Amino acid sequence: MSWGRPRNDAVDMFNTYPLNQRAQHGHAHDNFAEGVQRTQQPIVTGTSVLAIKYKDGIMMAADTLASYGSLARFKNIQRLHAVGDTTVIGASGDMSDFQYLQGLLDELVTDEFTAGDGNALAPHEVHEYLARVLYARRSKMNPLWNALLVGGVRDGAPFLGYVDLLGTTYQASTLATGYGAHIALPLLRQAVETREDSLPEDEARRILTESMRVLFYRDARSLNKFQIAKVTAAGVDISEPIVLDTHWSFAEGIRGYGAQTQ
Amino acid sequence: MFRNTYDSDNTVFSPQGRLHQVEYALEAVKQGSAAVGLRSKTHAILLALKRSTGELASYQQKMYRIDDHVGVAIAGLTSDARVLSNFMRQQAMSSRMVFNRPIPVNRLVSSIADKAQVNTQEYGRRPYGVGFLVIGGDKTGPHLYEFSPSGNSYEYYAMSIGARSQSAKTYLEKHYEKFMDCNLEELIRHGLHALRETLQQDKELTIHNTSIGIIGPAGEHEKAVPPEGPFRILEGEPIDVYLKTMVPKESADAPAQPPAAAAPAGQEDPVPAAGDDADVQMTED
Repeated sequence: MSWGRPRNDAVDMFNTYPLNQRAQHGHAHDNFAEGVQRTQQPIVTGTSVLAIKYKDGIMMAADTLASYGSLARFKNIQRLHAVGDTTVIGASGDMSDFQYLQGLLDELVTDEFTAGDGNALAPHEVHEYLARVLYARRSKMNPLWNALLVGGVRDGAPFLGYVDLLGTTYQASTLATGYGAHIALPLLRQAVETREDSLPEDEARRILTESMRVLFYRDARSLNKFQIAKVTAAGVDISEPIVLDTHWSFAEGIRGYGAQTQ
Repeated sequence: MFRNTYDSDNTVFSPQGRLHQVEYALEAVKQGSAAVGLRSKTHAILLALKRSTGELASYQQKMYRIDDHVGVAIAGLTSDARVLSNFMRQQAMSSRMVFNRPIPVNRLVSSIADKAQVNTQEYGRRPYGVGFLVIGGDKTGPHLYEFSPSGNSYEYYAMSIGARSQSAKTYLEKHYEKFMDCNLEELIRHGLHALRETLQQDKELTIHNTSIGIIGPAGEHEKAVPPEGPFRILEGEPIDVYLKTMVPKESADAPAQPPAAAAPAGQEDPVPAAGDDADVQMTED
């Protein structure tokens, strides 16, 4: 994925133009000039989402930042969303498209509740639904620009699935989107795989917290404030924002970052 | 041949507060040959009596598979049944595609009941002339529903529809408390006994005129049934073994036998004028 790329300083050094009017491939071009009909790029974006299975169910983490290009524009946006009592989704990518999906899912949950026949949607059913919606939209050449993680527990079975703007899906016991798929996923795999059924809650929480810390230092579109959602047989619980104690003092000594002493 | 001035337009109430077209539609269901449904803790089954228009014709299909976990038996207009069962198949496929979930059976039945209700209220339409017994299996176990053209749907322990279905119902009402703990073979035998009650005099259940639909684990006479116990229809040779388990009608029935030859068929049930319902062309099923 290319959202959140640094701007091309050679072309628009001082952010003179809004995202949609920036030069692409060296050509001046305004995506809005002819009236926007299709999503051609994400505008306000969220970065990585992480998720793991553990003893009692699944746990998911995402920071609370919504970036406008490289600008940390909104610092208190919730990117984890409960779907009914058994499922949680986490979104990276375009936040307005995510809000649209939240609307669709809330409507769906209301319909299921209204039916009142004990057939509420299970996590894998929500995952399938999202895959159909995202694939249908990409087939109209008008994608919903997200990479989503879907997690939950139903009838004692934990579920974790990935789906993105192309409609691509897969399932695994550790998942990450975006930058996290490069930086955090190897850490999660090492910490979790083969231990999904025995991993205690506090350790699962620690694994996610440390991964979020690594991402904060490595991912320039991330924030040291995040939420953790856990889904167990008891239901969905999304935490209040957690602020990590992080510090950049070590960076002073890095050549090219701090004051130039030589 | 109007029965009165309020029966040509189904959206108009009679002064007695009745919709005559809807009630005629319910009569159309009674013209079709009977279907019986019942369930136990583990199985839901359908049994239906097939008719043929004559020696040269084949027997008309009475049961349709909707999805792996749903099947229906029909009584009434076959053509209306095809429209509704196609609709049900589409709903079932749509649920599998969009949610990767077998459609909840109660929602499937409600969806055709909603379609039928519209026809009892909108100008220029007619009610469906067909009734369904629907069996389905989901995580809460086997289920049996009845759908009727009035737009109603109900869940039952056991139910019968179609010509002379009242006789089958009488049997079911007498025995239904035993059904819950029956195994598949016992359940089918009860179903056959109930279905037998709907036969005209001098007719009997054969492998040609009987269909059995099953949801639930394989019975002892069944081969190659997947472990989930999907809907399957038994016809022809495979049902012989079940027909042979039937207990011959005796005592209670015996006195009725001798004068039978003269008596016209079916008097316990409000079967319309023409005694031999096998002749009613439109109502095939």
